[in-house]
Amino acid sequence: MSTSNAIIGWKNLSLGCAILEPGSSRKLKTGDWRSQHPVLDKEKCIKCAICYIDCPDLAYTQNEEGYFIADMTYCKGCGICANECPKDAITMKMEEE
Amino acid sequence: MAKRVGMEVSLGVSEAVKVADVDVIAAYPITPQTHIVEHLAELVANGELDAEFIPVESEHSAMSSCVGSSATGARTYTATSSQGLALMHEILYIVPALRLPVVMTVANRALSGPINIWNDHSDIMSERDIGWIQTFAENGQEAFDLSVHAFRVAEDHSVLLPVIVNLDGFTLTHVVEPFEILDKAEVAKYLPPYKPLQRLDPEHPITMGAVGIPEVYTEAKKQYEDALVRSKSVVIQAWKEFGDLFGRYYHPVETYKTEGAETLLLTMGSVSETAMTAIDRMREAGKKVGLVRFRLWRPFPFEEFFEAVKGVKTLAVMDRAMSPGGPCGPVAAEVRAALYDQPTRPKVFSFVAGLGGRDVQVSDFEEIVSRAEKYAEKGAPATYDLIGVREI
Ligand code: SF4
Ligand code: SF4
Repeated sequence: MSTSNAIIGWKNLSLGCAILEPGSSRKLKTGDWRSQHPVLDKEKCIKCAICYIDCPDLAYTQNEEGYFIADMTYCKGCGICANECPKDAITMKMEEE
Repeated sequence: MAKRVGMEVSLGVSEAVKVADVDVIAAYPITPQTHIVEHLAELVANGELDAEFIPVESEHSAMSSCVGSSATGARTYTATSSQGLALMHEILYIVPALRLPVVMTVANRALSGPINIWNDHSDIMSERDIGWIQTFAENGQEAFDLSVHAFRVAEDHSVLLPVIVNLDGFTLTHVVEPFEILDKAEVAKYLPPYKPLQRLDPEHPITMGAVGIPEVYTEAKKQYEDALVRSKSVVIQAWKEFGDLFGRYYHPVETYKTEGAETLLLTMGSVSETAMTAIDRMREAGKKVGLVRFRLWRPFPFEEFFEAVKGVKTLAVMDRAMSPGGPCGPVAAEVRAALYDQPTRPKVFSFVAGLGGRDVQVSDFEEIVSRAEKYAEKGAPATYDLIGVREI
């Protein structure tokens, strides 16, 4: 017998494989892959929002104080935010540290 | 009221698109398709056709725009040819995968190189596996009728797949023929407004074209292949209704003087009309020959084809494209594969002719038939014959 790791039968697939549920990408926990995470130094941060804009996984949200905080459920540890921060306010740290 | 006109076939196709009341045309001009889109641009500009004409910067963009347009639920049309079709290649596979009923005319033309703007089928034979429904027109009337039919089939809720109508570049696109133009009210009886089952709509967001991971890709392919195979019955039914309304009937496989034939020629497109003249001549000379033509190329019309060649000894397939280094022409290859499991089948011989605008004459068909009959008796070359090639 052949084995299959299909997650859905073709007859039950939506038309054209469309995703019918809006915002379902929230369920994709890209944080699973992470080997590093960003650490914010609030002393240096000027709240410019570049990290928020550049994060490819939309991990950042702004807190009440106006700082941008990455949600580790979605942060995949790519380091783009740390690289792009104009004030070097973000440092990437290995997960075990 | 339908009116009989003498018109260049390209303009006739534009008129068909007009009476089909398209919403969006995204196209880039390329010989020999140019007159079709040029005339459509005129019709939009002078207010005869209420549609968006998107003059894109390449065929890749044309097909990409068609994807976006069709995804919003707009009736969408484009036309291209040869290198233009090749440039669309990567997007062509996406259209049926997203189940978008785009309609496209392909004015069949040779692929470079050498650069050649004239007619053969190498452009479309390179796009065999794109998952579109594909039909072939033989004359101006058919080009008009098949264009209207294409929208009807594409938008059927059990189909929702794109359709290509093939017509030969120059030998068909650029000739003036007498044919009957249906008007908008008549076509409206046949072609209801397009009602998408799902579409891009900010009020009800959905995602089209998401990644198909290994755990779902096979199932996604199977879904639209199944729709393509099942579309044959809709194609046939829509031709029947077209005939009942307008008096012209079409079939997936057309035959000509096949009764009692021992040898059949197989052709596609406008050379079929020359082939009919050749058949008439050979019949007059007492030869038991007939002609079979594929009008529907995808989905492949297995049952109709088997019926058409039943009891025939020899089948001479004329391809208008080469498969360099392969076993035979692309159509012959498919025909052989289709017949392989049949308990009785004709011997199939492959001939390639009419490349890059090379004229195919009545005498060429007579030559093909006589060679096929000789091969049936004495054995054939392993590959194919290139008809009319000059050796020195
Ligand atoms: S890019 Fe740097 S400075 Fe700007 S908001 Fe983010 S952490 Fe603060
Ligand atoms: S490391 Fe990458 S994924 Fe994580 S927050 Fe920074 S930009 Fe986003």
